[in-house]
Amino acid sequence: MTSKIKNKELQVAALQDGTVIDHIPVDKLFAVVTILNLPLMPNKITIGFNLQSKKYGKKGIIKISDCFFDDAVINKIALVAPACKLSIIKDYEVVEKRIVKLPNEFTGVCKCINPKCITNAEPMNTRFHVIGEDRKMLRCHYCEQEMNRDEVKLL
Amino acid sequence: MRGDFTTIPFKLRKTMTKSLVNIAELSKEKIQYLLDMAQLFEKDPNLPMLKNQVVATLFFEPSTRTRLSFETAANRLGARVIGFSDPKATSSSKGESLKDTIMMVSNYADIIVMRHYLEGAARYAAEIAPIPIVNAGDGANQHPTQTMLDLYTIYQTQGRLNDLDIYLVGDLKYGRTVHSLIMAMRFFNPTFHFISPEELKMPQPYIDFCDENHINYVIDDEFTAQSISHADILYMTRVQRERFTDLVEYERVKNSFILHADMLTHCKDNMKILHPLPRVNEIATDVDDTKYAYYFEQAKNGLFMRQAILCDVVGITAEDVKSKM
Repeated sequence: MTSKIKNKELQVAALQDGTVIDHIPVDKLFAVVTILNLPLMPNKITIGFNLQSKKYGKKGIIKISDCFFDDAVINKIALVAPACKLSIIKDYEVVEKRIVKLPNEFTGVCKCINPKCITNAEPMNTRFHVIGEDRKMLRCHYCEQEMNRDEVKLL
Repeated sequence: MRGDFTTIPFKLRKTMTKSLVNIAELSKEKIQYLLDMAQLFEKDPNLPMLKNQVVATLFFEPSTRTRLSFETAANRLGARVIGFSDPKATSSSKGESLKDTIMMVSNYADIIVMRHYLEGAARYAAEIAPIPIVNAGDGANQHPTQTMLDLYTIYQTQGRLNDLDIYLVGDLKYGRTVHSLIMAMRFFNPTFHFISPEELKMPQPYIDFCDENHINYVIDDEFTAQSISHADILYMTRVQRERFTDLVEYERVKNSFILHADMLTHCKDNMKILHPLPRVNEIATDVDDTKYAYYFEQAKNGLFMRQAILCDVVGITAEDVKSKM
């Protein structure tokens, strides 16, 4: 029991106020770092890489002090790491757990892979519909090209 | 009430109009309605339904056939036509965005007919324009008026759209007309026969579409008098050299998908041959004189169907048309 607590303390150091994003697949950790624009943030940030995870074997974790994200940013995270868990911490307590869920439709998160798509030529927002039973595919709202979620480049 | 669109504020104008971007957005009832309306124009193509209106034909990519068909349709409806057929002569060559071009032309015209080389351009234009956009082809994506004229021709020659055997021959991979035709025919219980070289076979998403919509289909690589003997419609497309990655394969198959008159000996009496045109050599000229050839009439039907569509997008109904006849 003691070792379990100690292990937990080592992996998730206390955060007074802020956001914890846990269970990030390790190969997506730095994509999430980029989405959140962390290198340019003045806040205190802890990034854990290759931590133990019962579910995934290895995982990534990001903790950001005094920072709370809006839905648009969370949608972006959902695109690359849909299974991650997001907790809002206030005064060392988890006050809210946010489910990171890819919306059925989203705007301006990633680029269409079709080089002949109008969105790659015009100064305009991209727009995608999430399709397929496993929701792993996207369809460009404009050119109707279907693509795998992993294929797209983030904006 | 149509009246003078230019006196109505942009935002309000937007709510009064409807664009035609994608064939998949048309319901079965709407398709039938447009076919009936085209039939009215076939009876009398010179009805001044668009008198005092201006139709802009913006062709960011050349397409003589489609442009002439739209411009004839607009002229015969009494509209005046502005536009360009060569984007080199327009401000888009100076780097003007599509949005700016569309917003500028919207100040002058009541309808924009647009052909663009980029996919999704028509959808985007329809979202931003305060006047209706008719998609006259956006890259390899959609060309809904071609599909509507194909449907009209099938309806005209067979007297129905239901329960037909439609043979699609040639380039089924890149041919957007055949893809759109499958989508539009989903309401009418067709049986499709996909006849193509291996390299140009029907892409899997369209096969899946047939499965999901319970559309019967047969895949075949043989194109002979026997293999087409049950066809009601033989829809030919061009097998282009540049579509092949393997030129040896092209040389091997290039003559296998050419229709000759002597292949029509076993055909059904009602069978008609369609082709979106231009043809190169995939239909031998000896076919032109047979009773089965119908591609030139098909092109003519483009006029009636585009007249129906131009009226429909500005809210002119079949009843309005009948009242002028």
